[in-house]
Amino acid sequence: MSLRQAAIAGIGATEFSKASGRTELQLAAECSLAACADAGVDPKDIDGMITFTIDNSDEISLARCLGVRDLAYTSRIPGGGAAAAATLYHAMALIDAKVCDNVLIWRAMNERSQYRFGQAPQGGNMAGYTAGHGTGSLLWCLPFGAMTPGTWAGLAARPYMEKYGVSNLDFGRMAVQQRKYAATNPNAWFYGKPITLEDHQNSRWIVEPVLRLLDCCQESDGGVAILVTSLERARDLKQPPVRILGATQSIPRNVEVIANFYHDDLTVMPEAEGTAKRLYRQTGLGPQDIRAAMLYDAFSPHVLMQIEAFGFCGRGEAKDFIAAGEIAIDGRLPVNTHGGLAGEAYIHGMNTMAEGVRQIRRTAVNQVSGDGHVLVSSGMAGAILARA
Amino acid sequence: MDSSPDSSAPKPTRIAPIPTLDTQFFWDAADRSSFVGQQCGDCRAFRFPPAPMCPSCNSLNTQIVELSGRGRVISWIKPIHPPAFGFKEPPTVAVIELDEGTRFVSNIVGIAFEDVRLNLPVEVCFDATMGKHQVPVFRPRSAS
Repeated sequence: MSLRQAAIAGIGATEFSKASGRTELQLAAECSLAACADAGVDPKDIDGMITFTIDNSDEISLARCLGVRDLAYTSRIPGGGAAAAATLYHAMALIDAKVCDNVLIWRAMNERSQYRFGQAPQGGNMAGYTAGHGTGSLLWCLPFGAMTPGTWAGLAARPYMEKYGVSNLDFGRMAVQQRKYAATNPNAWFYGKPITLEDHQNSRWIVEPVLRLLDCCQESDGGVAILVTSLERARDLKQPPVRILGATQSIPRNVEVIANFYHDDLTVMPEAEGTAKRLYRQTGLGPQDIRAAMLYDAFSPHVLMQIEAFGFCGRGEAKDFIAAGEIAIDGRLPVNTHGGLAGEAYIHGMNTMAEGVRQIRRTAVNQVSGDGHVLVSSGMAGAILARA
Repeated sequence: MDSSPDSSAPKPTRIAPIPTLDTQFFWDAADRSSFVGQQCGDCRAFRFPPAPMCPSCNSLNTQIVELSGRGRVISWIKPIHPPAFGFKEPPTVAVIELDEGTRFVSNIVGIAFEDVRLNLPVEVCFDATMGKHQVPVFRPRSAS
């Protein structure tokens, strides 16, 4: 095989907060610099840059902050957090194809102090709602009172709950486990603050009968960056290389980013099933090869449906898988060992991928035992990480 | 719509739809209490959300047709927090699968949230919005 193997050489982050006190561009520059320092790469040598379409900082401004000498390639991924892992996919392709040597992935936002995804429009001001980034169908929800990600996710999840008899209590068990992980993670907003199932069931409804407050990810300020290079080059850098064994994306017909109720069978997550199928085919691996999973958890149901989509249990069985303790640190598949977007911070899935890297490096605060690969999935995209 | 508004009626608080160039026809029809959709002029497939091309046969021959306005509830929720802007009480928001096979997000009216069931048969009616517009909403279908 003539392709180079891509590897993650560095990860970096700002602190996670509710009010960063500085601009998004500064957050982007800080986390990018941290990822370069972690890797031992001079930021001036970055030659590829990837972020989300909705990131507010532009490539040239960030490149000028970092002193990048000559940027060879830039790209952006649509789909918001659902496609977060597609950044790794792009980076892998750029490295494999020898287009770039040092690809910087970043996502930085003041999503709590500057604007909030989770709020309904104030005073009827609809200016923030536009058709784009794969979210065009949101406009069809707004006049009916479905104005927030929680409402769209709730509508998408209810058929699954109806079919398999999944209740909000089942989501609670997932939420409790995530907060248990966050409680021992000093970088988590909810460090030292575990919750009980009673706390979950006593938290207020956000969307009846699907989501309570403790089923929702946070809103956060912060930035996370990942530096991808070739395995060969990564071996000479500061950290043990984390190989990207495979990375892919899947946007099946009629799947939408979050107004996701137009595809045929609403009791499954076809984008995650498509990602799983493609990823397993690409790597020759299967669920039995995965030791831990870092799954995008904008809302609790997403975690259950991804566990099923990737074949860790049968359809409708994720609630039993979780109740049996299988996503705990001593379980079959520890999930979101940093505390997830609910427990650590909502940096649009990027912090969840960074946790996958720490698990492979064996530097996670909640380190899983034994060998095995780590799955990172954001639903519409995923990657399998491994030790070199 | 009546061009001389009844000053005694409460003013609608529901937000007006946000049309785009591809969806203006739908909202114009709704203002006339007409529930329409796109049907391919060649292969006859219905599609939603509106788009300039048929995803089945890629024809640009698009017809705007009156829909049955009948369907069934396949998902439904009650948004509690943050409160849905423009609603005094939390609405029942639902995904309706129309008889034509397409889906439409709307409200279920005329029935308590707790009484809605999967596959509840519904039919279209219209509700006023701010700015003197209308949106299609759905009510339980009579047995007949």
